[in-house]
Amino acid sequence: MLEIKNLTVDLEEEDKQILKGVDLTVEPGKVHAIMGPNGSGKSTLSYVLSGKDGYKVTGGSAVMDGLDLLEMEPEERAAAGLFLAFQYPVEIPGVGNMTFLRTAVNAQRKARGEEEMSAAEFLKVIRARAKELKIDADMLKRPVNVGFSGGEKKRNEILQMAMLEPKMCILDETDSGLDVDAMKLVADGVNALRSEGRGFLVITHYQRLLDHIKPDVVHIMADGRIVKSGGPELALEVEHNGYTDILSEVA
Amino acid sequence: MGLPELKQTATEARLAGLTLPEGGWSEAARRDALSRLTAMGLPQRRDEYWKYTKPDLFLDPSEPHAALLENEEGMVFGEIDRLKIVFVDGVFDPDASDDLSMEGVTIARLADSSAADIHWAQDIYGVLEERGQTPVRRPFATMNTAFATDGVLLHVTGKPSKPISLIYMHQSESSDAILHHVVRVEPGAEATILENGPAAARFNKCMEIDVADGGVLHHVRSQGRDHERLAVTHMFARLGRESVFKSFTLTVNGVMTRNECVIELTGDDAVAHVAGACVGDGNFHHDDTVFVTHDAVNCESRQVFKKVLRNGATGVFQGKILVKEGAQKTDGYQISQSLLLDDDSQFLAKPELEIYADDVACSHGSTSGAIDETALFYLRSRGLPKGEATDLLTLAFLAEAVEEIENETLSEDIVGRLQNWLARRR
Ligand SMILES: Nc1ncnc2c1ncn2[C@@H]1O[C@H](COP(=O)(O)OP(=O)(O)OP(=O)(O)O)[C@@H](O)[C@H]1O
Ligand SMILES: [Mg+2]
Repeated sequence: MLEIKNLTVDLEEEDKQILKGVDLTVEPGKVHAIMGPNGSGKSTLSYVLSGKDGYKVTGGSAVMDGLDLLEMEPEERAAAGLFLAFQYPVEIPGVGNMTFLRTAVNAQRKARGEEEMSAAEFLKVIRARAKELKIDADMLKRPVNVGFSGGEKKRNEILQMAMLEPKMCILDETDSGLDVDAMKLVADGVNALRSEGRGFLVITHYQRLLDHIKPDVVHIMADGRIVKSGGPELALEVEHNGYTDILSEVA
Repeated sequence: MGLPELKQTATEARLAGLTLPEGGWSEAARRDALSRLTAMGLPQRRDEYWKYTKPDLFLDPSEPHAALLENEEGMVFGEIDRLKIVFVDGVFDPDASDDLSMEGVTIARLADSSAADIHWAQDIYGVLEERGQTPVRRPFATMNTAFATDGVLLHVTGKPSKPISLIYMHQSESSDAILHHVVRVEPGAEATILENGPAAARFNKCMEIDVADGGVLHHVRSQGRDHERLAVTHMFARLGRESVFKSFTLTVNGVMTRNECVIELTGDDAVAHVAGACVGDGNFHHDDTVFVTHDAVNCESRQVFKKVLRNGATGVFQGKILVKEGAQKTDGYQISQSLLLDDDSQFLAKPELEIYADDVACSHGSTSGAIDETALFYLRSRGLPKGEATDLLTLAFLAEAVEEIENETLSEDIVGRLQNWLARRR
């Protein structure tokens, strides 16, 4: 599904290496989690995969279903089935949430040569999905993320994911800022999408989310590298002991 | 040569080919305007009020020239049920126009009614224009009062069921048109005026608007797309007690446009909103010059101007709120913003407040910025192609101005224009 090999990335503006050789493979149908200290490069990895400007790939590769992601425009990656739920969802004044989502769904369909979704069909689907995530009609009408609470923004990301039905989902700290009930809603949203053909990369600091979204593999990222991988028990270890032990063990 | 001599020479040269229409109720006003004009002279580059916009093209005594645009897109407001009044190169065209009778409004032609002895328009024609000459001179408006060859006199006495639509067709590549409209909205009456079309190679248009107590006037204008056309326009509005005047202008294309809007709030609790959205590409110069005077208690005014500029286009905004002594509880708002799509384009803004009352709330702001890269990436990461995402953000930037149009059908029409324009330039 997603194959990252020895990926090294510098900041474009300054001569600073952030990713120092990341190796990671997510198989279809699997959920991989990434944990790691602040500043270790988790968000950078998710941005580079989705095509954000400001980074320079100096080596390695990232391939999704045989496509060289790093050669593609952000919108091409999205149409190919990559989705990033942002750690900090962006506010876009003046653009209605609903308009934005319908434009996005249809832009992707068009890019894939599929038929566009009719307004009526779209409305039906989005209403149902929004209801599951307890997003009310008013939030759909408002400008994208403007005036949304932290938790509402995160739920809105999951709504977008549910509407776009991507193949490879990256969730960057979607759990932070969520209350217990909202976390459950988000987890349910993610679990509803789990399927054989779909891969997940879940970045989180907390074991709690992983109680709801059971990962198949847990990776620890530190200083721009995956330093350790294991089963769900690795997340428990982090929860109990922090990173110190793991980091000293691999150092 | 000193400025006065320069002005005199330029004014004489510009007026040489024009003749003062004679006879009828407007003759005295025209003669008066001509003497005022001769005294003040037409503007020169050195005039402070013309610092950002060169008056040269409006002064040029030679025949203007503007190629006609093949209009592949139907005209704006085309789907809207309206009473059409058509001018071709500045001349009223009765065949293309609708029957001018409609309940709630009396429509007369300026060129026709000059024979009538007593006319309501006499109290307004040249009068509001002259009031608007202090503290800043607006000589092209005075020139208009003197030499206008056509126009409409709209007397709104009720609530006409349809918008009154002034359509300016441009058919001659060298037309030089001067139109003057007079609008009077009687107490409690309400109307919507639409304007669209390129009008002429060079267009000087003046509209004097008198809204009586409790009257309401909506104005939506789309300035025609013929790229080489020149336009200098003036609106002079006087608002009575509890009256409402809302005006919106869309400008796409046009090498040179200067839109002046002068509003005087003379009755308590009046509301005036004036907004503009413009999109310019390349050889495009667009100037909004606005002057709002609060001379009554508890009035509200809003100025919302947004400009999208690319490939070396220039946008100008000169906007002032003057709050006179005693105009307490004034609520004045002014915003002018530009979205610069590249480094070659520029936005020049001169926002001003002048306040002589102590219990007022006035704010103004002016910004210039580029496309928000973070937002652009967010949209692209959801699958929107770069061009489409940029357009969406551009429309979002313009939204605050477009939202000033109250009627949804009209605002959708305007948004559609903008979308098409943006899509054509992707
Ligand atoms: N555009 C940038 N400019 C400067 N420094 C950057 C930029 N992007 C990333 N960095 C730096 O790269 C490092 C990795 O950042 P990143 O956001 O990927 O960390 P993270 O693992 O997601 O952290 P957190 O858990 O706090 O979200 C940090 O030291 C950060 O300051
Ligand atoms: Mg992060």
